This record gives sequence, structure tokens and C-alpha cells, in this order.
Amino acid sequence: MIKTDVIIIGAGPVGLFAIHQLGIKGLKAVVIDNLDKPGGQCIELYPDKPIYDIPAVPECTGKELTDRLLEQTKPFKTKFYLNERVEEVKSIEDNWSIKTSNNNEFIAPNIIIAGGVGSFEPRKLSLKDADKFEGTSIFYSVKNKDDFKNKNISIFGGGDSALDWALELSKSSKITLIHRRKDFRGAQHTLEEIKKSEKQGKIIIKTPFQLNNVEGNEKIQSITIKDENGKSEKIKTDVILSFFGLVMKLGPIAEWGLNMDKKNISVNPNNFETNKKGIFAVGDICTYPGKLKLILSGFHEVALASVECFKRARPNEKFKFEFTTSSKTIKDRLGKK
Amino acid sequence: MAKITYTDHQGNSKTVDVENGLSVMEGAIQNDVPGIDADCGGSMACATCHVYVEEKWLDKLSKAEDGEIDMIDMAFEPKKNSRLSCQLIVTNELNGLKVTTPKKQS
Repeated sequence: MIKTDVIIIGAGPVGLFAIHQLGIKGLKAVVIDNLDKPGGQCIELYPDKPIYDIPAVPECTGKELTDRLLEQTKPFKTKFYLNERVEEVKSIEDNWSIKTSNNNEFIAPNIIIAGGVGSFEPRKLSLKDADKFEGTSIFYSVKNKDDFKNKNISIFGGGDSALDWALELSKSSKITLIHRRKDFRGAQHTLEEIKKSEKQGKIIIKTPFQLNNVEGNEKIQSITIKDENGKSEKIKTDVILSFFGLVMKLGPIAEWGLNMDKKNISVNPNNFETNKKGIFAVGDICTYPGKLKLILSGFHEVALASVECFKRARPNEKFKFEFTTSSKTIKDRLGKK
Repeated sequence: MAKITYTDHQGNSKTVDVENGLSVMEGAIQNDVPGIDADCGGSMACATCHVYVEEKWLDKLSKAEDGEIDMIDMAFEPKKNSRLSCQLIVTNELNGLKVTTPKKQS
């Protein structure tokens, strides 16, 4: 069990800024995120797209914003627990304890939920048998390449992940690449490699087709794909790899007994506390009258929430409001002279 | 202003007045029309505002840009008449537009 002042759920821009706002107040935090890197939607959905409404930053990309926030949080040496999803929340006296999908346990007087629209998970195939074969014949990611050797693999998707894995796995398996339209979207070099592999017969490309059925009992033996006009084709398949991006799922948070308004958590706009004392919600996931889903709103929200976190984590100390420009204590915490 | 009809996959429909300049997605959210999630809030990053546009309207809509087409690849059961409703901006010309929402969004 790891003890800290604040457990931050979500490593998006607002979760990252939370580290800073807590850190300058002398509070320790840990960050948990289901993705494999910090940045949240900024890094997963629009790393290269420009953002124009960060105060004093006329233009920056999602990646740049994330990098700068990480830089800003560096002095606080915060530990990130990535590829982990929070599964359980329990109240223990005045504290909250959390258990993750990786069986890490944390305890703190405060939880800040900066969960965006929920945790990112692969978009699953909608066939009714898809669940049954998941993990045996249907996969949404490649964890170990060796599991995909000497097989008939049907890869679905038209983006970089589908193309990159088609190329990589074609070295040792028979690949059919299936996409719902003729155009693939990927790096120029990758597209050329795909064309070359198709010519050499290493990769078979089927467009415009979508998955219509899977056949097999314990494991998949073949699949049927269909085009818009109803023309169908059967393909011998041991393994389906599906790359249709990520979806955001609120997940277990919805069952924590927090007051919800549709998919958002209702908060008190004075301190962004939920109906549970010590659990805060900030950024896109929270709602209150007039809420705007902007990164800059999230920054404001977490600044206020951090004050309440301080009061709960240091009940015997008086909170003293300070400016970073003039406070010696804050400068010390930032490692500045 | 345009009257827009949203029909879900079971055939239930709702017609609402949507102001010019709003997106078809915003028209749904503001009027509590179910079936459109819009997780990313209209930044063309999630494909959870996916709709099927009645065929006769397809030519009257602004053409989908590459980013939208790429996102539709990710949508649940995309078809030829698939669009992201966050990219359909309402004008008087769209009065009477009919869209159907898919069985689910993600």
C-alpha cells in the first residue's frame, strides 16, 4: 500500500497540471493512467494538431503541450503508474484507498479524477462472436510478436497500426489486409512498403471490404468479408487483428456512488469536490453550471481543488495563499534560487 | 434555422429546430436527442457522433475532409452515407435534413 497526499487519476493536461498545483503547496501525488504514456487526449487523439487557446501560448500541438507540462512538473518527481486502470475505491476512515488493474494499492485523503471522457480502450469488433474469440483468435494489439508466427492473419484497419503490423508480421505469417475503402492512411514510406509487399505476394489486400462473419468453434478457422454491394468472400484465418483506434470508456468510475449528470461527474464549483468528501473531479469529466470543456478551464479547476486537498491532507496547518513570483517556499519546492 | 430529423436504429425519431452555425451534433446534444455521444466535443477525434445521412442530402453537404474520412474508418459500422455530425454545419439549405444514428457509437 502506497501512502500519498493525493491520487490523481488521469495523466492528461489537467492531471499533469494537478501535480504542479499540489506540488507548489507541498503536497505529494501519484498519477494513474490507462494509457502507456502521459498526455491523455492531447497525445492520443491530436498530438500533431494545433491548439490556439492556451493563455500566453499562441499556438502549440497536443504533444508540445504535454511535453511542456511534463517539464513544469519535473521538480516534484512524481511517480506515474501507466497502463493501469483504477478498479476499486474504498473509504477507510478519512482516507480513500484505490486498487488498480495491476494490483497496486494506494491510500490518500484526496483523489482527483482528471479522467477526461474516461479511459482509452481499443475499439472492439461488433460481431456477436467477437467476445468469445477475444484473446484466442481475435486481438486488438500485439503484445508478443512470437505469438503471431506461421499463421494466417487477417488484419482490419486502414491506419498506421494496421499497416505497420501487416508489414512486420508478413515476415513470418500470411497476411490479408482488409479495409472498408481503397485508400489507406499512413506514412508515405509505409504505404510504399505495403505496395511492394503486395506485389511480392507477401500481403494480400482486400478493399473495400468489412468483416461480416467468423467461423470456427474453439478457435477461428475462417472469416467472411463483405463489400457494400453484398459481394462476399471467405478467407482462411487463424487470427484476426483489429485496429480501429481507441474509444473512451468511463469504466468503473460510474459505479463509485458519485453524483453523475449523463457521463459527467457533478461537482461543487467552489472547490470541484464531488458529493464524496475528498474526491474531486476536474477537466472534461466534471460538470457544473456553465462548464466549458476547455483545457484552460481544467487548469483553473485543479488550482482550486488543490487548495481543498491541502486542507484535507494538512488539517493542522493553515493554508497560506502565495504567488510563485515572490514565495521563497514555492521557489524552494521548484528548485529555484 | 433548419428542421433536422434524428432517427435512431429502432426507428424512433425526433425533429428539432437547429440554429444556423451549429453542427448537427450540437443540435442533438442541446436538444437531448439520444444516440449521439460526441465524446471529443467536436474536434473530429473520436467518431462517436457518427450518423447515416439520408442519401438525397449527401450532395448538399460540404465534402468530408481527409481527417473526417479517417475517423469514419473507426466508427461503428460505417456505410457510404456515413458522416460525423460534428462536421455538418447547419444552414437554411439543410432544412428537412434527415439523419439516422447507428446501433451504438463505440
